Order: sequence, then C-alpha cells, then structure tokens
Amino acid sequence: MLCKRIIPCLDIKDGRTVKGTNFVELRDAGDPVELGARYAAEGADELVFLDITATNEKRKTLKELVNRIAHHINIPFTVGGGISTVEDVSLLLENGADKISINTAAYKNPAVLTEMAKQFGAQCVVLAIDTRLEEDGEWYVYLNGGRVKTDTRCFDWAREAVERGAGEILLTSMNHDGTKQGFAVDITRQLATNLSVPVIASGGGGNAAHFEEIFLKGQADAALAASIFHFKEVGIPGLKQYLSEKGLPIRL
Amino acid sequence: MKTVIIKYNAGNTQSVLYALERIGTAAIVSDDIETIQSADRVIFPGVGEASTAMAYLRERALDKVIAQLEQPVLGICLGMQLMCTHTTEGNVDCLGIFNTPVKNFGDLPQKEEHPLKVPQIGWNKVYDMQSPLFKNIPNETYFYFVHSYYAEICEDTIGVTKYIQPYTVALNRNNFYGVQFHPEKSADYGELLLKNFLDL
Repeated sequence: MLCKRIIPCLDIKDGRTVKGTNFVELRDAGDPVELGARYAAEGADELVFLDITATNEKRKTLKELVNRIAHHINIPFTVGGGISTVEDVSLLLENGADKISINTAAYKNPAVLTEMAKQFGAQCVVLAIDTRLEEDGEWYVYLNGGRVKTDTRCFDWAREAVERGAGEILLTSMNHDGTKQGFAVDITRQLATNLSVPVIASGGGGNAAHFEEIFLKGQADAALAASIFHFKEVGIPGLKQYLSEKGLPIRL
Repeated sequence: MKTVIIKYNAGNTQSVLYALERIGTAAIVSDDIETIQSADRVIFPGVGEASTAMAYLRERALDKVIAQLEQPVLGICLGMQLMCTHTTEGNVDCLGIFNTPVKNFGDLPQKEEHPLKVPQIGWNKVYDMQSPLFKNIPNETYFYFVHSYYAEICEDTIGVTKYIQPYTVALNRNNFYGVQFHPEKSADYGELLLKNFLDL
C-alpha cells in the first residue's frame, strides 16, 4: 500500500537554513544539506527546500545548493521560492532537484504550468497554494507569501491548476500556519478527495495526533511541517511509529 | 569497473550519477555506442514520455544496441518500461527484452470510495523478491515510485508491488534487469540495490 508521507520543510536564506515563526526572528539553523541529510536518516519521506533569499545572486547560489543537496541526500526533494519560468525549472532539475514548487508566478501566468508539465512531466510540478478562510466561509487564494489577497477560491484555482498540468498540490492554510493547533482538515479534504493528484497538507501540525487527523479525516497524501522538526518538538521516528500503530500506511 | 549511464532525451541521469558517487562508483554519462558497448555495467534510466523516448533511441540505433548488450544492464522506471514489449503510452513497440506489456493505471477500474491517484507518487512495498539484485534487502522493503504506467506480471518478474492491483516492479532476463521504482531516491536500501547490481 502506498504510504502517507512525512515531509520536513527547510527555509533557506543566503544558502543557510533559518528557523523562525512567520518569517519573524529568523535564526541561523546551520547547513541545509546537513540538516536535510539528518532528516533523511531519521526517516523523512521527502524534503522541501524553500528559498526565501531576495537578492540578485539568488539563482546562482540556489543552483549550487541544489547540486550539493542532490549529491548528499538519498530521498526525493522539492525546491521552491521565486520560480517562474521553464528556464528556472530546467536549471534546478539539471542540478538534481526531483520536483519544483511554484506559487504566485503560476497564478499570474497559469499557462506556465502546462509548459512545465509538457517539458518535464507533471510529476515534478508542485503547485503551492497559500489559502485563508474568510468570514464569508470561503477559502481564498493569497499571493506573495500571504501578503496579497485574491478573489479566487482555493478549490477553483487548485482544480484549474491540475487541469493545466500541476502534478501535486502543496496546500498551506494561513489560518493554521504557526498555531500548532492542527492542520486545516476541511479544505485539505475537499482538495484531496476531489482532485486527481496528491495533496500535501501544510500549516498547523503541532503533535502526532494532528498528523493522524489530517491523514484520516483530511485524506491528505502527505503532511509537511518545519519548526516542530527543527526545534525537536516532534521527532520523525516517534511520529512515524505513532502513525503506524494507528494503522496508517507508513514507511518505517 | 566502467559503469555507463545511457544519455538520452528522457533522463534522470544526474540523480543516478550522484547516487553511484555516494556508493563510491564513478560513472560516465554517454550516448556513444562504443562507450556503452565497452562498459562493464550499463544503467538505462528514464523519466519522461515513452513514444518520444523510443523515437529518439531508434533514430540513433540505440534500441538495437541496448537489446544486444551482454554485460549486466539495469533499466530504471521508464528505462525498465522501454525494455518491455509494448506500452500504451503513445502506443509504441519497445525493445522486447522482457516479455510483458506496459499499461496505464488510469485504465484500471476502481470501485473504492477514494480511488487511488494516478500517477502513483511515493513509497510502496516490494515483495516476492527473487534475485541477487535484492541481496540483503528484506521482503516488503519500501521503495520510491513515481509512475502512471505499469508492467504486468510475467515469467521475468522478480519483484511485485500492489497499487490498484499486483504488478511487476522488478524484472530479470539473462543479463537484463529492470526496476520500476527509483533506487537512486530510495534511501539506504535503494543504494544497496545499486551496489548489488554493480556486484552481479
């Protein structure tokens, strides 16, 4: 049986891992390759590296970092952060990335999803969506790291993106992100049960029971978290053991 | 030992190259016929679309070269599928080394409340392993898969996985081996499988 995946996410700034909540009080957490390799050895099923560097040097440093990750890590990894063109994707895949994640640039130019899927295969095109539940009871898409609201409903954008070529959805609930009170079950479930591609739930995971809930009730295919792993509040081996004992398909 | 990774238009060649480096083997990535023929070990990787890949191989006569190799050859993912008889992906005849066709998961009926997604992406169990390729790898070990097409079970099957139904994930005929999963991305046991292949 196909396993539910546990995915640690590493935020990268200027080639270093940074820890922090909601981009506040960023602290250096060391070499991303070393941290990624440790997570891989502990049983992480995949890794996501999200580059939050905002300088012109970005492309070159990211390329070099991806190449170093690919040399040292023996599980699949996704790279995101500022990717907007087929050329960006090509450069990262050539350097050993397995998948790329694209967010705002895909919303502004949805045709790029089709171009990327056609050239590299849908399996390596991960669409990241930041979404927030508003007072009208609807989930809306946000852009630019959650700073810009749109009038598009999350499900509508996800469905269109899959039709255009996205092979996986990385869904972050802004209402839940950083709270450690659990993942967003309802919107995750809506996407996971209605779309033909896997859905990675992100935002709110604070303990093992939250992961159990998002897999069972939310029907998520994978769950992503960052700080709880970095701050060692939740250990990957213990988390996977717990989920396995609860009867979920988990790679131990 | 000279290990050659076949370069063509559907490659995850870098990932395979780096995985071999991690286990201490320097490999060459090449589409040169003589280089491939003179290798001790040949790896035929692949991520991409089958009919486009077959057309590329035929143009360069690599289809015949691969089928006539006598040293151990390992096909990975699309590489394995192209070593089968035929694939419904682009409806194209393949190299015919393994005696089984390749079909789409999406064409299989599913009655469950939550039908399994296509492509299959993630870690799944391999069982019924019957080959030195799996030396010291326990039954029901997890490997990493990304694919929409699958090979049916046949006399060349040396490993099985269940997704919608049981299907072939490892094949062997004479000097030819193929695996549907990605050993280069399957953590420690994936690297062990690559080592086993080099030790054959």
